[in-house]
Amino acid sequence: MTDVDITSKTMDGMGPHGTKVGLLRVLGPAHVWALGVGIVLVGEYMGWNFAVGKGGAYAALIACWFAGILYTCVAMIDSEVTSTVASAGGQYTQAKHIIGPLMAFNVGLYLVFAYTMLEAANAITAGYLFSVVASMAGYQAPLDQRPFIILVIMFLAWLNYRGVLATLTFNLVITAFAFIAILVLFLATSGIAGGGIMQHAALFEGHELPYGWIGILAAMHFGLWYYLGIEGTTQAAEEVRSPARALPFGTLAGIMTLLIAATLTWYVSSGVLPWEYLGDGVNGSVAPLFDTARLSGSTALVWLLGFGTLFATLASANGCINDASRAWFAMGRDKYLPGWFGAVHPKYRTPYRSIVFLVPIALIFALGAPLDQVITFSILSGLLGYTFMPLNIILFRRKWPLHSIKRGYEHPFHPVPAITLLTLCGVTFFAVFLGYGTQLVAMIGFYIVVSLWFHFWRYRFVNRGAQFTMPWPKPLGY
Amino acid sequence: MDLWNWLEYAAWGLSVAFGLHMAIDWLKTDSSYSEDVLTSSREGELEAMAEEHKVKS
Repeated sequence: MTDVDITSKTMDGMGPHGTKVGLLRVLGPAHVWALGVGIVLVGEYMGWNFAVGKGGAYAALIACWFAGILYTCVAMIDSEVTSTVASAGGQYTQAKHIIGPLMAFNVGLYLVFAYTMLEAANAITAGYLFSVVASMAGYQAPLDQRPFIILVIMFLAWLNYRGVLATLTFNLVITAFAFIAILVLFLATSGIAGGGIMQHAALFEGHELPYGWIGILAAMHFGLWYYLGIEGTTQAAEEVRSPARALPFGTLAGIMTLLIAATLTWYVSSGVLPWEYLGDGVNGSVAPLFDTARLSGSTALVWLLGFGTLFATLASANGCINDASRAWFAMGRDKYLPGWFGAVHPKYRTPYRSIVFLVPIALIFALGAPLDQVITFSILSGLLGYTFMPLNIILFRRKWPLHSIKRGYEHPFHPVPAITLLTLCGVTFFAVFLGYGTQLVAMIGFYIVVSLWFHFWRYRFVNRGAQFTMPWPKPLGY
Repeated sequence: MDLWNWLEYAAWGLSVAFGLHMAIDWLKTDSSYSEDVLTSSREGELEAMAEEHKVKS
């Protein structure tokens, strides 16, 4: 089995099978929550409102709840599998153990692209926010956003480089701030505490479903923004003190937080902003929660939501650097990529080469690519990853039934969540095809090409024996 | 010069400082430790499983 006790207090972080320098097990459930919610919450502050433009306010609410079901399935499935596959790499490692090398290679790339693109998009948004603040402060000339975009990426990469505990504690503080800001905005504007300014009936009259039922379908594409990234909690698996407890707890608390935040966000924004304005995220409402605060007439709310928007953006970029680097590191460690990337810093105990390597890639996309294309690339990679999950859990339960491996969490009603998730992924693929068909086809083409490269060339370098170190029984039927 | 011009320069300066700190530390680390040590990490294990399961042959 293992010649090193990883629970030892005197050898904290020392892993099995000859590991001399490993990732540090220092995180708790709150850090897992901060990682998952931190990546996502920026989607509440901006982006989700494109769903309103696609089908009206009610369509955005229906998309919010259907996407909520999709992500609840994702969270439940992830919680079960990751509480067992407690290793960096998240879904990549799950795919490696449960399906096979080619699936693992593809899932690893989905993860790295989804998070690196999202990091770039967040940096672009942060640069934009600085320019808005400059403009509001009376600065006349157009602000050069580039130094602020670069600073966001460099600072957060540096933080990640220096250690995971400080990185995710920072995320915990700013994510909690951003979530509390949404709660305060709801309490202050809904009439529960102070005068209410909600005008749902007046704003919705005659615009209930402006594009009919097809509008609801189209809204599903942007419904993902309410929750995109919660699956990133799995990347912390090798750095939490108790994976079996912390990962399901943090992930499921995270999706519950997001369901509340998403619904409140829809409620306050659609009750104040006309749907035509709210639904135009480029020329209309770029940051709906901030715009709602401005319309409340309260300076305190404007400051609160202003900082909430900035903190949500930073938390997302920070979590993305953490997750992309863990996925890249895990692939390097198994020789799916050059083994050089599988290095751990002996002092800070972080995958430092992977963190530094992904910095210039994020900078290139942040400085050279349009925001909508960057985000679409991220969403499509995420969606491909979600499609893998139901297949993964069905095979996992079939090969290793409940009695064969002890799980930290067993998700209920199997296979209903898997079938629901697969169905909703199909619907969302169709919705994405309606708006971004060319990008979808191009992206699938890209993954086919890299799969061929992996199959015919890279696979010969994969360390096939050393990568399966979980003390699992043989799969059923083998 | 306006405050925001100074902030732009400060952002450039801080970015370079963070980048240099990582680059210098990276080179120092790579030259101080052998590649065997740096890349010795292997997959983790779940303590509950490590306690309760045996590998079946």
